[in-house]
Amino acid sequence: MSKGRPHLTPANSFVNETTLGKPLRQHTLGWALLEFFGSMNLAITLLVVVAVASIIGTVLQQNQPYPDYILKFGPFWFTVFNQIGLYDVYSTGWFIAILAFLVLSTSVCLYRQVPGIWREMTRFRTNVQIDSLRGFPQQAEWRLPDRDSAVVQEDITNAFRGFGYRWRVQDHGDHQIVAVTKGRYNRLGYLFTHAAIIVIGIGGLLDGNLWIKLKEWRGELAVETRDLSARETPPISRLTPGAIPAFRGNVRLPEGATANFVFLRLRDGFLVQELPFAIELKTFQVAYYDTGQPKSYTSEVLIHDQEHLGDQPLAATIRVNHPLVYRGYAIYQSDFGDGGSKLEMKAWPLATARPEPVEVKGEVGGVIKVGGPKAGALSLELDDFRLFNLLPEPDAQPGDRKFRNFGPSIGFKLRDAAGEAREYLNYMAPVQMEGRWFYLSGVRARPGEAFSYLHIPVDANNSPERFLRFNARLHDASGLEKLLISPVDGEHPDFQRDLQRVRLNLVELFAQGGFMAITGKARAVVPAERLQEATTLYLNILRETLAEVFVAVLREEGVNVEQELGERENAFFNDALSALAALPAYGSPFYLQLTGFQQVQASGLQVTYSGGAVVVYTGFALLILGVFLMFYTSFRRLWAWLAVEDGAVRLILAGTSNRRPVEFAREFAALQAALAQRLGLPAISPASSSPAAPAATLKEAH
Amino acid sequence: MAATREAMLEHWNQPSFWQRLTLRDGLWALLVLVGSGTVWSLYQPYMDGYEIAIQFGATLALIGWGRYWPPVQGFTLAVAVLSVLALWCYGADYELRKSAFLLKYVLESQAAFMWMSALYVLATVTYFAALFSRSAFIGKTATALTWSATVMGMTGLLVRWRESYLLGADIGHIPVSNLYEVFILFALITALLYLFYEDRYRSRSMGGFALLAISGAVAFLLWYAFGRQAHHIQPLIPALQSYWMKIHVPANFIGYGAFALAAMLGVAYLLRARAEARNPNGLLARVLPPTELLDDVMYKAIALGFAAFTLATILGALWAAEAWGGYWSWDPKETWALIVWLNYAAWLHLRLSKGRRGAPMAWWAVIGLFVTLFAFLGVNMFLSGLHSYGSL
Repeated sequence: MSKGRPHLTPANSFVNETTLGKPLRQHTLGWALLEFFGSMNLAITLLVVVAVASIIGTVLQQNQPYPDYILKFGPFWFTVFNQIGLYDVYSTGWFIAILAFLVLSTSVCLYRQVPGIWREMTRFRTNVQIDSLRGFPQQAEWRLPDRDSAVVQEDITNAFRGFGYRWRVQDHGDHQIVAVTKGRYNRLGYLFTHAAIIVIGIGGLLDGNLWIKLKEWRGELAVETRDLSARETPPISRLTPGAIPAFRGNVRLPEGATANFVFLRLRDGFLVQELPFAIELKTFQVAYYDTGQPKSYTSEVLIHDQEHLGDQPLAATIRVNHPLVYRGYAIYQSDFGDGGSKLEMKAWPLATARPEPVEVKGEVGGVIKVGGPKAGALSLELDDFRLFNLLPEPDAQPGDRKFRNFGPSIGFKLRDAAGEAREYLNYMAPVQMEGRWFYLSGVRARPGEAFSYLHIPVDANNSPERFLRFNARLHDASGLEKLLISPVDGEHPDFQRDLQRVRLNLVELFAQGGFMAITGKARAVVPAERLQEATTLYLNILRETLAEVFVAVLREEGVNVEQELGERENAFFNDALSALAALPAYGSPFYLQLTGFQQVQASGLQVTYSGGAVVVYTGFALLILGVFLMFYTSFRRLWAWLAVEDGAVRLILAGTSNRRPVEFAREFAALQAALAQRLGLPAISPASSSPAAPAATLKEAH
Repeated sequence: MAATREAMLEHWNQPSFWQRLTLRDGLWALLVLVGSGTVWSLYQPYMDGYEIAIQFGATLALIGWGRYWPPVQGFTLAVAVLSVLALWCYGADYELRKSAFLLKYVLESQAAFMWMSALYVLATVTYFAALFSRSAFIGKTATALTWSATVMGMTGLLVRWRESYLLGADIGHIPVSNLYEVFILFALITALLYLFYEDRYRSRSMGGFALLAISGAVAFLLWYAFGRQAHHIQPLIPALQSYWMKIHVPANFIGYGAFALAAMLGVAYLLRARAEARNPNGLLARVLPPTELLDDVMYKAIALGFAAFTLATILGALWAAEAWGGYWSWDPKETWALIVWLNYAAWLHLRLSKGRRGAPMAWWAVIGLFVTLFAFLGVNMFLSGLHSYGSL
């Protein structure tokens, strides 16, 4: 550093991007690259892009099955978003590239700043010029006649020691300078925070999808998109243990099963990551609070590892917030589900005259072929079984917190030959609503929709039989004829015969298409001005006819129809009508009733191998340390300039701080007072910055 | 700043930390240790290693905080007395809150929160009255109201902690587990932060603005309790059953509180700047706090908030590594926390590196509050993800 130039600007000594004081460089390619990568504007632009992409990723649900996206956006936008990579935006090539770029940019910035910062921290600037001292916000000057310069200097250093400063003395011949620094670790804060960004970025990249992407680009790896089991997956979609340094995968283990792999979900398919050990699930348990909410999910597992454990497997308990870490692999309790519960069901036909149910046995996850003359070939996919269904009360207001356990349920799909499916949710036990009991069966045509429920009224034996027999009657053409068509006698035989025909037709129409069929038919045959009247008439006749059929059903059951028909039967009839009207939209040729089950649970475990975690945690520590150093220390410099002039010692005290000017002004004033006391001087020197200075320094650049 | 030479010397001329401690410091430390020791003796068998470490850290932090800012000592004492009184009244019967007079009208958690709410709203009005009337007495009343409200709120939280255990031993937990509880924490922390700066800068002029944010929180809180019945104590879902909740959530709210405070000061700044430009001798220009003061406190608040928020996000990542399979999952809440962090990092960059000040920075602080609000509430309300504990 040459002597003639000041190297500290008074206002702030912060580093900036210019290369002040350095000789001009050649504009080499290296220099140009360095300038480009270290450019603050570039970094800011990239950060904004990252921020926007991240926000998009929060609004657009990530990693959903592709059919969901197609449904939501339509084929055109689905393809556009897919090309950009918005469904897994945080793993797309460009996002990772930008992050890598930012790490590089910060590294370059740091590389350029480190020498300057290091110099600032270690140098004492004992060559400061008197003119520079005059530029500092805090200064004081004394003339001390009849003093020994060496004694004064000792008083000064003693005062400095009292304030906990570090100093260095330099004798320049005609004057001496005692230069002080304090709080130089503040500068380290800058280094640490930016180094932390780099370190965290490197760790994050290590743990990201980079390795999988590299393998994919090299053709060593391909995502499997078919619905295969792990065993069936071909080698090109498999990863051996240690093939990549980091992954996060999932596996659903039914109780009693063992797995030595996990699935890595990627875009619209998966990869199989093999593990160097096997996980066996002994039991999985869900514990509940008294309120019915889940209290804990616990998996008891055994780790089988011949190489490291020999024949003795490791027994462990895995709970939420208590993962098992084995050989660097962290195994978490992630979720749970059904592990292939065995189900016993009855399929009650809905569109035939024979109401007898068919016994069906199946397993969750299985597919059963069903079919009928009307419906064609269907497959029954048993999707899910739940033991508890804790749901809000049907009539609850938001925030009411009234929950009810609706009991066990099965979820299944009926898929036709064309591949279209309807999804069903049937509850095993009857549910009480408005004082009456119903069997609930939910149906929906699309995965995102809410379920619409069929309410089957429950008879005296707690069974859906009465309703189903009632329904069967309506599909029994010959039976209906027998019931409704009888020989006529009386005054208007034609009219009576017509009426009977009308009643029969109405019932059959209703059985086909519910009330809509009736009103539709009316609209077709009746002129507009009579429509209202006619429809009402039709519906009344229908209702009355159905009542007659219902009475026949009751009689068949053995109920004494003359005496025992009351409120309950009336209510049943009305409910049955509502259900019958809904049946055409139900979309299934049978009602599947769950009669028995044997639950097998499955535990969803997540296995993470994180090679970069240690790096990232180091970065965290650096970041915290750096932030606190930057904000809670300030870097102060002080100088005492001594010279003997005309027989007196001229003493100039000056100082600056890179932060907290008000506090520093106070500190300086106290130092002044301490010094004055030691030197036996008045408290405020004639040429010092007065107490007015603190207010002025508020306006200083920080 | 008027300060005697002796005071300055006393502050600076005794380098040894231990030499500077006074009798009061000793008594304070003793008091905290006695309280902490009582907690230890009662509950140590139920705490795991991490919770013991947290208690140890909290004890030291409280001693340090009380020494650094003496009003905390009186505050802690008041809260301790009221809470212990409430616990004594309760005994083991949770239902006493409906019958015992002191509990029902003052000390049971909901009653305490109602007192807190009323006092904060009163304080808001009183601060503005003090601002426009320039009466020191009204100003002192406002400060007293704010302190009282904070005492009641903190007492309410501590009593609620006990109430959750009265509901059931396995239900009990620290009351920072859902949106209702953290909103109360938010109000308390913002108030404490404001009271600290009020004390340090010896100025009550910012009070009305700071309390406005708190009153907003109180309004939301009251709607949430009465409209959505959100005040009921719910047991913890498995993912929240962790010691991390005790440190990650409060750290986050120091951040949120500081950012909210900075935003309200930004509003005051803009009002004053506009008033000065329009009519330098008008009422607003004379009465509102000076822009230099607002600018300085705004910067300090954002710096503190940023430090706390950095810590909170890191703690959240460490918790995620124990609960969710890794320190970062690009979950909407995590991602928005990053956005908030970047936002204030940028603000601080401009302030520290480029020395930028003035109205644009004030605007930025206000906009920053909206970003923060979205990360705090919006994510829970509109977006789905792993963090949906605080949904409406």
